[in-house]
Amino acid sequence: MTATLTTPGARSRGAPTLDRNELLRYGRHLLLPEVAIDGQRKLKAGRVLIVGAGGLGSPAALYLAAAGVGTIGLVDFDIVEVTNLQRQLLHGTSDVGRSKLDSARDRIHDTNPHVKLELHATRLTSDNALTIIREYDVVLDGTDNFATRYLVNDACVLLGKPNVYGSIFRFDGQASVFATADGPCYRCIYPEPPPPGLVPSCAEGGVLGVLPGLVGTVQATEAIKLLLGIGKPLTGRLLLVNALDAEFRSVRVRRDPSCPACGTRELQSLVDYDQFCATSGGDGAGLDAVPQIEPRELAIRRASGEAIQLVDVREPHEWEIGHIDGSTLIPLHRLRDRLRELDAAAPVAVICKGGTRSALATRDLIDAGFGRVWSVSGGILRWSREVDADIPEY
Amino acid sequence: MSLTISLPSVLSRLTDGSRSLSASGNTVGEAVADVTRRFPSLAPRLVDDAGQPYPFVTFYLNDEDIRFSGGFTASVRDGDELTIVSAVAGG
Repeated sequence: MTATLTTPGARSRGAPTLDRNELLRYGRHLLLPEVAIDGQRKLKAGRVLIVGAGGLGSPAALYLAAAGVGTIGLVDFDIVEVTNLQRQLLHGTSDVGRSKLDSARDRIHDTNPHVKLELHATRLTSDNALTIIREYDVVLDGTDNFATRYLVNDACVLLGKPNVYGSIFRFDGQASVFATADGPCYRCIYPEPPPPGLVPSCAEGGVLGVLPGLVGTVQATEAIKLLLGIGKPLTGRLLLVNALDAEFRSVRVRRDPSCPACGTRELQSLVDYDQFCATSGGDGAGLDAVPQIEPRELAIRRASGEAIQLVDVREPHEWEIGHIDGSTLIPLHRLRDRLRELDAAAPVAVICKGGTRSALATRDLIDAGFGRVWSVSGGILRWSREVDADIPEY
Repeated sequence: MSLTISLPSVLSRLTDGSRSLSASGNTVGEAVADVTRRFPSLAPRLVDDAGQPYPFVTFYLNDEDIRFSGGFTASVRDGDELTIVSAVAGG
């Protein structure tokens, strides 16, 4: 099967010429019969939108720019943080505190000044997604949350734009090409998102820094193939990357006839994706209603001698980074087995890294009959910032 | 029937670190029930209270999505491989 791009923009746009500098720059491409001058001109005419200038967006943007994709759109609204630098190669140490788009602009311009950048300094929303995505030939999903992934998917299906998907967590990555003319979409694999809190984010669960490099370059490869109309795309297949065991394999994915986006087509417009992802039932539902305690208030009450049990539900390797004196380590997945270690009649404060796991644990403790339980708002990170700076952030 | 179940890394801490498990059963549902009996903390990550698969966890039997072949009632054969993939959003 050959990948073909059928978007009106790609068909109608004239293929630009290449000047002497570009011919020299892209010489290794021009030696490939599958690319050659005609293909390189297609790349120059190509317009790719990258949603998210983070772990996946970094290698994708750099390789697409180096390859000579003529116009790259970037959507992001974050600033560069030092914790990004372990994997987000668009940004350097001197960029910490700058907007990611400013940092990306400088880096990409240095990689290839022939590339035109279109910077969208905004959160992609139901109100702006169709307007932004409509102007591109291919969309590359490098987002970091379920709500935006469903938004990107649905917008691409509605507009008929290929969605080059990638996602990562810990040592595992996934990649595919969705929303092509005959292929499945993201909803065909995952009809509903996990409930909030059930699947940790990379900020909570970690990610091997090189993993977005592996997956993001797969996405860039697929985008380039789509623009060129060569090769066998990842349409109808989900690539599974297991970095720990050095395994790459793919499973078959099919268009679901009952999919509301690409099957029945009952989804005719974009919806409220924050609500869609916040209201799915299951293990993480209702976390917003869990009782919270501010770090400073907890510190004051403990210092005054109040007998509050402090339970840290992080993993042992996180505990080693830093923990609060007097706290008890009980990783979340062991909590139900170790309830006997706690006094249900005494107050309990539960802490984790950022507040998600502690909310889940608090709800479990309330369900188990504990009368006074709080989740420490903002977790150990906020404790570090507001109470005890000797505990390092991570 | 004996088959192999492959888990994503995020779930391996619930199976003493193993990403590959042996399981037995005549259907996918029986094989999943076999491993969740041995690793009870795995159950709420794979199936809902009614014992059915979540919409955000996909089961591939020999690389085919079981939703198109009967779901948990799909028959298995000796040597089959069941790959479990859960939705992740990191980017």
